[in-house]
Amino acid sequence: MFEDLRDLYQEVIFDHNRNPRNFRVMENADRQVEGFNPLCGDRLTLFLKMDGDVITDASFQGSGCAISTASVSLMTEIVKGKTEAEAQELFTKFHEMTTGKEEHINLEALGKLAVLAGVREYPARVKCATLAWHTLDAALKNEANAISTE
Amino acid sequence: MSGFDVNKIRQDFPILAEKIRGKDLVYLDNAATCQKPQAVIDSIVQLYSHDYANVHRGVHTLSVRSTDKFEAARTKVKSFINAASDKEIIFVRGATEAINLVAQTYGKTNIKAGDEILITAMEHHSNIVPWQMLCEQTGAVLKVAPMNHKGELIYSEFEQLLSDKTKLVSVVHMSNALGTINPVKKIIAAAHAKGIPVLLDGAQAIPHMAVDVQELDCDFYVFSGHKLYGPSGIGVVYGKQSLLEAMPPYQGGGDMIRKVTFVETEYNVLPYKFEAGTPAIADVIALGAAIDYLAAIGMNNIAAYESELLDYATVKAKQIDGLTIIGEAEEKGAILSFTLNKIHPHDIGTMLDSLGIAIRAGHHCAMPVMDFYGVPATARASFAMYNTKQEIDVLMAGIQSLIEVFG
Ligand SMILES: Cc1ncc(COP(=O)(O)O)c(C=O)c1O
Repeated sequence: MFEDLRDLYQEVIFDHNRNPRNFRVMENADRQVEGFNPLCGDRLTLFLKMDGDVITDASFQGSGCAISTASVSLMTEIVKGKTEAEAQELFTKFHEMTTGKEEHINLEALGKLAVLAGVREYPARVKCATLAWHTLDAALKNEANAISTE
Repeated sequence: MSGFDVNKIRQDFPILAEKIRGKDLVYLDNAATCQKPQAVIDSIVQLYSHDYANVHRGVHTLSVRSTDKFEAARTKVKSFINAASDKEIIFVRGATEAINLVAQTYGKTNIKAGDEILITAMEHHSNIVPWQMLCEQTGAVLKVAPMNHKGELIYSEFEQLLSDKTKLVSVVHMSNALGTINPVKKIIAAAHAKGIPVLLDGAQAIPHMAVDVQELDCDFYVFSGHKLYGPSGIGVVYGKQSLLEAMPPYQGGGDMIRKVTFVETEYNVLPYKFEAGTPAIADVIALGAAIDYLAAIGMNNIAAYESELLDYATVKAKQIDGLTIIGEAEEKGAILSFTLNKIHPHDIGTMLDSLGIAIRAGHHCAMPVMDFYGVPATARASFAMYNTKQEIDVLMAGIQSLIEVFG
């Protein structure tokens, strides 16, 4: 019935929505930032554990739609073990993929995150996918304030 | 129902034939804005093709034609809500500007530090923020009458909050987030017993029921044209003449003056005192066309039909496992706000859109209502006179299958 939506709602997204990974409060987190999408009411808190400039652990709490939940869940998986610079580079690539500015995006470099490429066709939903990454960006820059995608 | 024929009505709305992603459009976002009948579209085309010029300014033929049509529309609005005089009908951009106008003119002159303004827990942001701004400017205090879990005003608490300090009551006639219709006659009588004027936010109520401002005895009634099958960018402040006469103007400029020198300005008479600058001429005239169209069908017929639709939708919705209706007031207009277990309203919105069904997902400009129910957002299907039971069936089938897909 929802054939048109298969690019947007891939099985991986349903899976991460049903069973979000790293969905927990982190005691002794080095960084903790809140992300908020006022348009949708999506809200998340991102926790990072750092060792020098390496992200050794990432977790989150919050509530949002399937796209935003899957996006933050996937993100916490993929950034573990990455340096700040590597995470920033992923953010840039992810941003390019979801906003569709680059015609030929190397989806392979994005690994599992490529399942979110479909939001490009749904401008109203892009912010759902990027909220997690804007929050990570703020956490890496050590901006303590809550960030908002508006 | 005397001659109410939904199929005939549907023919009058060209957009209803539109295909969305290859599917028949099922438009259920009427509380956000509703679609326009051909008569409204035609009136705009007619004006710009044959009759358009600025109003109240020229002696030439077109200016006279435009002015006549413009003022005829004012009379139509007056009759539609049964105001006592054309002077009580002020055109603004919409309900939002209307409330801001009352806050910044009536409010600023009559409300002082320590005074109270009383609203309810179910207001749209546009009936909260202008009062907060006024409170900031004056030192007045905003009081909020609570509601119960069904989304009904707790009247006894409202009554207790009416105090000697209360200088204005501003209440939504029908809630956009819940559908609740407030007991406005009782509210007005109680406030008047203490000499307190009442503003009704009629943005949602006006397309769904007959409104008679004299019978209600409200002091101000505001609404937007775009929710009444008219154009966007036009709205109305109704105010009792005695109040409007005593209020200072809202904005300064052309049309609102009688005489200007560099020393002083004499303001124009009502309603022009509040209509500075060139108005939305075509939109006012088209709002008049919308009112003609509605009057021919009859607001009571519309209300009866929509109440049937709402009952049907409510029964069907309750049959869906995991669906919670948000807002179950006894007195309720044609709005069905709901949540689904573990499925976020935005996912509901996108999935239904792929089936051609337009609903609203979000906080409906009523964040305090969302907080009250402890949800970030709801999905909302809101009905208009052109919706059908078949469309409700399509909606419910869509909801059933998206629940299955989400698993
Ligand atoms: C109850 C209520 N009041 C006020 C408004 C504001 O109307 P507008 O945006 O047309 O100014 C709305 C619109 O959603 C509403 O539903």
